[in-house]
Parts: sequence; C-alpha cells; structure tokens
Amino acid sequence: MSAVEHSAIAQQRGNWASTSWLGFTLVGAIILFALVTPLAFPADPAKQSLRHVFAGPDLAAPFGYDHLGRSLMARLAHALRLSLSIAGAAVLSSSVVGIAIGVLAAWQGGWVDRFASLVADSFLALPGLLLVLMVSAIVPLQPLAFWVGLTLVLWIEYFRLTRAAVQRLINSPAVEASRLLGFGPIYVFRRHFWPALAPMMLTLAAFGMATAIMSIAALGFVSVGMRPPTPELGLMMVELLPYYREAPFALMTPVIATFFVLLGLNLVAGGARS
Amino acid sequence: MIKAIGYRAAQALIVAALIGVLTFLMMRALPGDIAFRIAAGRYGYDAVNAAAAEAVRQELNLDQSALAAFFQWFGDLLRLDFGRSVISGRPVVEEIRHQLGASLQLAGAALAISLFIGPPLGVLAGLRAGGWLDRSLLVVSTALRSVPQFMLGLLLIVIVSIQLRWLPPAGYGQVAHFILPATTLALGLAAVSARVARDAMAGVASSSYYAFGRWKGLDEGQVFRRHGLRNIGVPLVTFIGLQLVMLVEGVVVIESIFAWPGIGHALVHAIFGRDVPMVQATALMLGIGFVALNALVDLLTHWIDPRGAQR
Repeated sequence: MSAVEHSAIAQQRGNWASTSWLGFTLVGAIILFALVTPLAFPADPAKQSLRHVFAGPDLAAPFGYDHLGRSLMARLAHALRLSLSIAGAAVLSSSVVGIAIGVLAAWQGGWVDRFASLVADSFLALPGLLLVLMVSAIVPLQPLAFWVGLTLVLWIEYFRLTRAAVQRLINSPAVEASRLLGFGPIYVFRRHFWPALAPMMLTLAAFGMATAIMSIAALGFVSVGMRPPTPELGLMMVELLPYYREAPFALMTPVIATFFVLLGLNLVAGGARS
Repeated sequence: MIKAIGYRAAQALIVAALIGVLTFLMMRALPGDIAFRIAAGRYGYDAVNAAAAEAVRQELNLDQSALAAFFQWFGDLLRLDFGRSVISGRPVVEEIRHQLGASLQLAGAALAISLFIGPPLGVLAGLRAGGWLDRSLLVVSTALRSVPQFMLGLLLIVIVSIQLRWLPPAGYGQVAHFILPATTLALGLAAVSARVARDAMAGVASSSYYAFGRWKGLDEGQVFRRHGLRNIGVPLVTFIGLQLVMLVEGVVVIESIFAWPGIGHALVHAIFGRDVPMVQATALMLGIGFVALNALVDLLTHWIDPRGAQR
C-alpha cells in the first residue's frame, strides 16, 4: 500500500499528538515484549510436550500451550522477533537503496533519471504481494526471500519522494552556492537534501514496517510463506484455526498481537504525517 | 488521453516482461533435477523413477542451455503461448479461463459492496465534520486498516460460520458463498474510501461555492447533486484507483482462505507445487488485470473532470 493512500487517515486535526504517542507506546511495548519475554521465560518455541496440549497458563508458559503443547508465549515472542526484524531490515535496506537511487537520478538527470524512473514504474505496476510471493519461490531461504522481496517493493516509495525532493532543491541558490564553494556531494546531501527528506522518513518507515508485517503474515497464513515449525504470526493463526472451538484464546493470541503491532505502526505514521 | 492509454499499454508490456523474467528464474532456481520434480508432481513422489523423469525431460526439452531456454521462454510468452500445466498436463489457458471468471465475479461483488458502504458513509460524515458519525467513522476505519484482509476473513469465518453457523465458511456456486469473501474484501476497501470521501466532502462543504449554493436557496439535496458530487468524484475515483492494488492482493489471499476457485487461489497452489507455467499465467493475469483497472480509472477521472485534458 502506498503512503499516499494511508494519508487520508491522518487528516483529523486536534488530537494527533496523543494518537501518535499511543502508537509509539504500543510499538515500544510490543518490541519490549518480543525482546524480554524469551529472557524472562526461557522456553524453546519448537519444544513439543503432548501432556500439555491446550493446557492453561502456568509459570513456564504464561499464555498456555498450543495444539502440540508448545508454549504460546515463547512462540508469540519469537514470531514477533522474526516479523519485526525482517520488516526492520527491509525498511532499512529499501530506504538506503531508494534514497541513493533517487538522489542519483535527480542529480544526474538525462538517461540515468529516465531509466531509474522506468524501473520504478514497472515495479509499481506489479502488486507488492505478488512480487514478494514470486521472489519467495525463487530465493531458497525464507527470511532472506522476504527481505529481498520486500526491499524490491518498498524502495519505490523512497525513490519517488527522494527524487521529487532533490529535483526541487538541486537548482536552488543554496545548493549552487555550496557547490561553487567546492563542497562535495556528501556535504551537499547532508546539508541540503537530508533536512528535506528527514521529516518523511518516520512515516515511510512505519508504513513500510506495517506493509512488511502484513505480507509476511498473509503469506504465512496461506501456507506459502515461512514453513512450520517456525513460529510466525500468520502460520500460528492457520495452525490454531482448526482448534478454535477447543481453544479460542490460543487462536486469538497471534490475532491480537498482529492487530496491536499494525495499529501502533499506523498511529505512529498517521501522527508523524499531520 | 491517448498518451495515458499508451503509458498503460507500455506498463502492461513491462509487467509481462518482469513476470517472464521472474518465472524463468523460478524455473532455474528449483532445487534438484527439474525433470524429477515435474514427474513427481504428475505421478506422486512414490511412483516416480528415472524412466519417468527421462520421459519428462524429452517431452519438455529440458536439456538445452540456459540462454536458449530463456529466449524460448520469452518467445512463448510474447506469442501468449503459456504451455501446459506441468502438474495436470492440461493447457494453462484452459485452466485459467474458468478461474478468471470466478475471480472477476468476486472482485466485482467486493467493489460493489464497498462502494455501497464506503463513500455514502464518508459523505455523510464529511457533511458534518466533527460530528458523532465523523468521529466514530475515524475510530472504525483506523481499527479496520490495522486488521489485514486475511485476518478479517479469519475473524468473519470464526464469528459468522463457526459461532453463529449462518453462512458456509468456504465453497463456490451459490449466492451464500459470495457473502463472506466479498464482504471481507469490501470492508478493507470501504475503510479507505470512506476516509477519502469524508475528507473530499469536508473540503467541498467548507468551500465558498458550496456556501453560495446554499445561500442562493438550494436545498441540501440540490446543492449536493449540483456542486458536491462531481467535485468529490475526482479524488474519490483516483484514490479508489490507488487502492485497487488492495483488491488484487486481496484476491490472492482471500480466495485461498475461502477456497474460491479463482486466479489467486490457483497462483498460491501453483507456487506451492512449483508449477511454473501456471505461476506465469496466473501472475500475468493479476498483473495485467491491475494495469487494466488503472487504465479504467484514468478514463473515469477524465470523464468526471475533462479539464485535465486541456492542460
């Protein structure tokens, strides 16, 4: 999904600061949960124990157990770690690639610019999930496949915004003066381009993370993403769906976690935008 | 106008090329002996032997060099020759013809439901910006966009099919089977279009020409039809165009969840079985479909606001 389309949500005036803080708190709490609980309650997320199938919470597994007697809390924490790190890595790499190509295209102009824009346009014409799905069938290692696929999807937004911003600035008197004084491209980027780009970065990163987490979970849910027994949010949902009647809480654990991660990221992005 | 159509046509070609390259890479990246894998897909992993693999290798001409294979692959794609499914052995075109129909039915139903829910609610909220409807709509649509489509489908199955037993959770052929998958897709779309309609309407309703329309004595209905509708039309249609990507991505995921015999379901199955010709054809249908939908949006915005053409 593009940032433009998300922006509609952010238009409500007045209480944006509080919703943005709510978003930061939510995302922060979830990251803390993913990092700390495996240390506080060390349990192997793949260790089965058929005595504990759908057993209630105990000290070793405060969220209870799943259909194979694995600790739900351990699985949830590891699933969140996986999704957040793939999403974070994809956002980081796509921002570096997108900004670099965007600056290059706007600065060089000519055929470099035309070629870069053509490549970006062609990737834009392919729905993101489709691209991630096809790359995941090519690259053998699943986390790597998601990272590559999501980077291919997410870099476009960075590229387009960077290119537009730099094109606006490149002929400004300030940039011209810097270059006449003999400053190199790195100084010009830091001094002139980055201040124009920085305010957009938080929004783009939050939307990018949300898109990435949604794609990983969606493909996991339809069994073409991460493979069992890896703990992953979408995979946990599809594994626990047949046991909904026996253990509704077990199914709701990954559902609620996914909802709050995405809500937090959307609120952060919405707040930063307005 | 002609330029816009030409741009979309070029885009469609590039999409086809991209999918051609990706599926070719997919073919090459398959682990192990490709002939063995295809034979296993056809006859089952227990029944496959070297003779069967050799027969497949002869039949599909798998011994040629990578570059020759790529040009053959690409030539076939340009002639729209998708070949045969390596699993069922039937021509791919035959397989996707029915699936395309099923997908179009589902997507059409979803779009219709979302247009019925989203824009009217958004317009009502926008007319009274800051009112109770506006505020509750903001909360609902913020919550809805934090629920990925597949999770919405999951929740609807759990609540409507398992708890209440009102509707079948999956299947195809009756009207009842339409309701859950189409509603799932529609709710996600409606959440966005309601917000866009609300913002556009709030902008128009606070404009001076709208106030003047009221001031000269038009009633609410007249001023909305004469001065509101067309002015909110352009941003609305443009944004619906942007969110069509949600529809195409949604078709892939939602069809798989509800066992809907469409293109998206076929794509996921083909990826799972590494049936590359089917992956190529289904991905191409989805990609070209997306471009075609965008072209339709271009035409529609031009029809609503012809001023763009004169610039």
